[in-house]
Amino acid sequence: MAQKTLLSVEGLELQYQTRRGVARAVDGVSFDILANEALVVLGESGCGKSSLAKALLRVLPRNVHRFSGKVMLGDTDIMALSEEAFRRDVQWTRIAMVMQAAMNALNPVVRVGEQVAEPLRVHMGWSRARAMERVARTFEQVGVSTDFLQRYPFELSGGMRQRVVLAMALVTEPELVILDEPTSALDVLTQAGIMNVLKRIKQEQGTSFMLITHDVATSSEIADRVALMYAGQVVEVADAQDFFHAPAHPYSQMLMASVPRLRQREEPAHIPGQPPDLIDLPSGCRFADRCPSRFGRCAEDPEPIRLARRHHVRCWLHAGRSGGGGA
Amino acid sequence: MRRWLEGLRELRQYPSAIGGMALIAFLIALSVYTVIAIPYNQALDLWRGGEEWRMHPINAGPVWADRLTGGNKPETVLVSSADADVREAGFEGGRQVRIPLAFNYDYGDFPSEINLFLKTEDTDREAFVRLSWQTPDGETIPLGGRRIAQEDRVSISQNRALEARLGVSPHIGLFADALDGDDPSPQAGRYQLMVDAILYGEEASLDADLAVYGRVHGIAGTDHQRRDIMVALLWGTPVALAFGLLAAVGTTVTTLVIAATGVWFGGLVDATIQRLTEVNIILPLLPILVMVGTLYSTSIWLMLGVVIALGIFSAGIKMYRAMLLPIRQAPYIEAARAYGASNSRIIMRYMIPRILPVLIPTFVTLIPTYVFLEASLAVLGLGDPILPTWGKVLNDAQVQSALYNGFYYWVVSPALLLMLTGLGFAMLGFALDRVFNPRLRTQ
Amino acid sequence: MSAVRSSAQARGRDGPLLAVQDLHTWFELRQWGFLRVGSVRAVDGVDFELARGEAVAFVGESGCGKSSLARTLLGLHKPTRGEVVFNGTRVADLRGKDMQWYRASVGYVQQDPYGALPPFMDVRRILSEPLIVHGISSRVERERRIRQVLDEVRLSPAETILDKFPHMLSGGQQQRVVIARALVLEPSMIIADEPVSMLDASVRVEILNLLRRIQTERELTLAFITHDLSTVRHFADRIFVMYAGRIVEQAPVDELLAHPQHPYTQSLLAAIADVDAANARQQREVPGGEPPSLLHPPPGCRFHPRCPHAIAGVCEVDDPPQFEPRRGHRSACWLHR
Repeated sequence: MAQKTLLSVEGLELQYQTRRGVARAVDGVSFDILANEALVVLGESGCGKSSLAKALLRVLPRNVHRFSGKVMLGDTDIMALSEEAFRRDVQWTRIAMVMQAAMNALNPVVRVGEQVAEPLRVHMGWSRARAMERVARTFEQVGVSTDFLQRYPFELSGGMRQRVVLAMALVTEPELVILDEPTSALDVLTQAGIMNVLKRIKQEQGTSFMLITHDVATSSEIADRVALMYAGQVVEVADAQDFFHAPAHPYSQMLMASVPRLRQREEPAHIPGQPPDLIDLPSGCRFADRCPSRFGRCAEDPEPIRLARRHHVRCWLHAGRSGGGGA
Repeated sequence: MRRWLEGLRELRQYPSAIGGMALIAFLIALSVYTVIAIPYNQALDLWRGGEEWRMHPINAGPVWADRLTGGNKPETVLVSSADADVREAGFEGGRQVRIPLAFNYDYGDFPSEINLFLKTEDTDREAFVRLSWQTPDGETIPLGGRRIAQEDRVSISQNRALEARLGVSPHIGLFADALDGDDPSPQAGRYQLMVDAILYGEEASLDADLAVYGRVHGIAGTDHQRRDIMVALLWGTPVALAFGLLAAVGTTVTTLVIAATGVWFGGLVDATIQRLTEVNIILPLLPILVMVGTLYSTSIWLMLGVVIALGIFSAGIKMYRAMLLPIRQAPYIEAARAYGASNSRIIMRYMIPRILPVLIPTFVTLIPTYVFLEASLAVLGLGDPILPTWGKVLNDAQVQSALYNGFYYWVVSPALLLMLTGLGFAMLGFALDRVFNPRLRTQ
Repeated sequence: MSAVRSSAQARGRDGPLLAVQDLHTWFELRQWGFLRVGSVRAVDGVDFELARGEAVAFVGESGCGKSSLARTLLGLHKPTRGEVVFNGTRVADLRGKDMQWYRASVGYVQQDPYGALPPFMDVRRILSEPLIVHGISSRVERERRIRQVLDEVRLSPAETILDKFPHMLSGGQQQRVVIARALVLEPSMIIADEPVSMLDASVRVEILNLLRRIQTERELTLAFITHDLSTVRHFADRIFVMYAGRIVEQAPVDELLAHPQHPYTQSLLAAIADVDAANARQQREVPGGEPPSLLHPPPGCRFHPRCPHAIAGVCEVDDPPQFEPRRGHRSACWLHR
């Protein structure tokens, strides 16, 4: 498949000023997403994965200390755009986002149909009638009956609300949809239903997805590729097949081993220790403290090492295996 | 505990907290000093007024304010026979005494009043006293003679005959350098009042005290009853702080416990508390206090009781309830129930401590509200009948038309103290709010 | 042994530790505080028995009544109907000291470790509270027990943890403190309501292993309530699948995972895939619709509106009884008739 690159991120940094010091939430992250590809950003809480999503969509808190890097959307350098231009030409229309717990953030006094139509009417200036027609179509795509257009959020179950939020992100037919933990508060069957919707939309409309989650099992439901984050960095990025079945980074390996499996006998194993504090990061490899395979070189900060096409890992164990160095 | 210490350490980053704490520390130091320097009973006696203040001028302003504006108004001059060069001569059945009461006077204004206090002892009959005034330029003005009672006061400045003779009030005429001018000014130098007395009785004695009242007095001045306003300003501090603190503690604690009880038990208990609160909220506090004060007693402690009683079911209950409702559902409380903690333990140890940090700023800012309430009552004439307080000073000032008469100090000083109290607690309270209230924390 | 000694302790050493018969927990909905407008049937006719030293899992989606069941077992809700019999004693009859004994005998581990710990108490205080409530007034004795239990949950050395406040601990450490609190009264049973669902993947296994080890060492009965079937396999002996307030299927873990009988269990299992890159290219089979309202549950089998195998004229009419299609494997479905 020779798909063209939709989003390319290089050396993205996002730092927050806190009382205790500067927190390096996103620290030199590079990856790309092809057209019609689903990238899963996997990571434990506090690894910076939500900050990454916020950085891409520029929904930032006020205490940003540093925000830099290069983000290309198609041929547009979106980091170079002004706030105004970014809001007008990128947000919603080209990149849409479903925030964490967005289903609980729906406006309780506005009918859901109107809320979903909002991006169309505000960002694209559509007439009400035209917008509602598109909303109805999107509702069908995400599996919500058009009877619900006139309902209020509290009249809907959690699963339905999550589908409505999804519809809101999809209604403008963006090229890329960023989903932050879209199913983490939902039940197994609801979760499966929503993942079904995402798969179908990806297949039918060619949309790209960036899904942020801490749950390995959920990630496998959509991932073409996986980027694993640890302490603000992407430690491994690989095709789903490689990542799930032959992960290269010790952290990836241990994470995969910690996933309980329903149909296999072996017992899951835990990862001892805790991730480092983003404000007081250790020098060298950030996983070294917890890593069973650490050796002398781990005191140096590892660079992304290329293992195969589009498979990079930040670990000295792989240095020299295929030339090493360079992103 | 450590959490509180951490909070306090953090407070140092806020200049307003430091300022507020400094003000409060000053007020507390003032209170402690006052209570030690002027014990409670003495303060009450003093404030009742009367003879103790006879040596003080009426409505005198503060000395420093006059000096600061370049004035040279007289302070009160007291001369006692104990310090004078008394000459005696005996005669059959009695003694003749001559007491020269001399003093230096170099102020830029006339005194406000002149009184001579005489006291005889062991006399068989009423003594006879003759007075004469000697000015620095050597002129002698006879002030007449009279028989005096055992303890007597000769009001020289009220002497109508003398006034008629001098053409002006005696306390002006006796000091003026030239009587013919329209705008007399006082003569500087040594004055002397000669007291010649005939005492009847072998052992008879006479004490004479001359008071040449000034127009300025002390730090705070005096009021219409010659009382030093400083007494009220000083004693007003512990009274205000105690009233504010007790009222704030009383209302906050009871309200908090009741709100927590209602939230915890819910149902009928909660509904009853809510309805009582709603009724209580529409009852106006000040008119009720005025009514109690008018019909029953204006004792400050009774007022405190009424304030707390009316404060129990105050609007605070609604606020605390809103804060406690989500806490009632907290998993840690469910856990406490699961291991068998009693209702009272859950209310007192699990629910209330959770919101205390948020309440402390509110509590601190509540203190001055009660201080102002007490002052307002006193200004309305419902102050404590015996205690000297800031509000009562203001009330006196108002009744005596202080501002109309130009006695600005009478109003300014208690008002300033009230403002400092409010400012100190408010500054500390706002800083505490930023420390303890997570929503206001700056990142 | 618990500090509160009671007559209830002595009884019933032989039978099951916990027997639940026809348990109903309904919550009345009232309008204006008194008008009854209906009942939410959170637990609606549940029977089971738990043996001593057994680890079981209650699995179900949110709103299936599993948490209400846990709270009813803990005595936090009064059952509307039915019995909870613990150690041969009816819990509803327990009063005063006997009730305190029951509370000491059943430990509770909650879902959200941060919320489960009072934020204004340090760890020492948190662990002292149950002991104080249960009348252990000696500070030395409390300290001894706290250190022992901290050691057991592998929070050692105790000095580094005792003076800390919950917000200074990691999620895993917080959950260990919650477990320590549940153990400090030396219970014979632990009810763990979603003990790991709020934790990171790498910590989950650690906490589950810890619970499992303590359960084996202390020979505790562990009732493990979860929505996540995939964690159950290694941490429970038996599974109860709940749906709309009822237990629809029960069997030993391996048996249930290998041969699910109830259509609901089957669809649950179908929705969960083990991690595989191929997952991304498959649509999962998901039954339509949503779990029924517990206020107005459907007549007959509660799963029938979503069931792909519903038998017209049967499933929507009569409640299915518990059939035993395989040995030791029970399922409430008319298909087994």
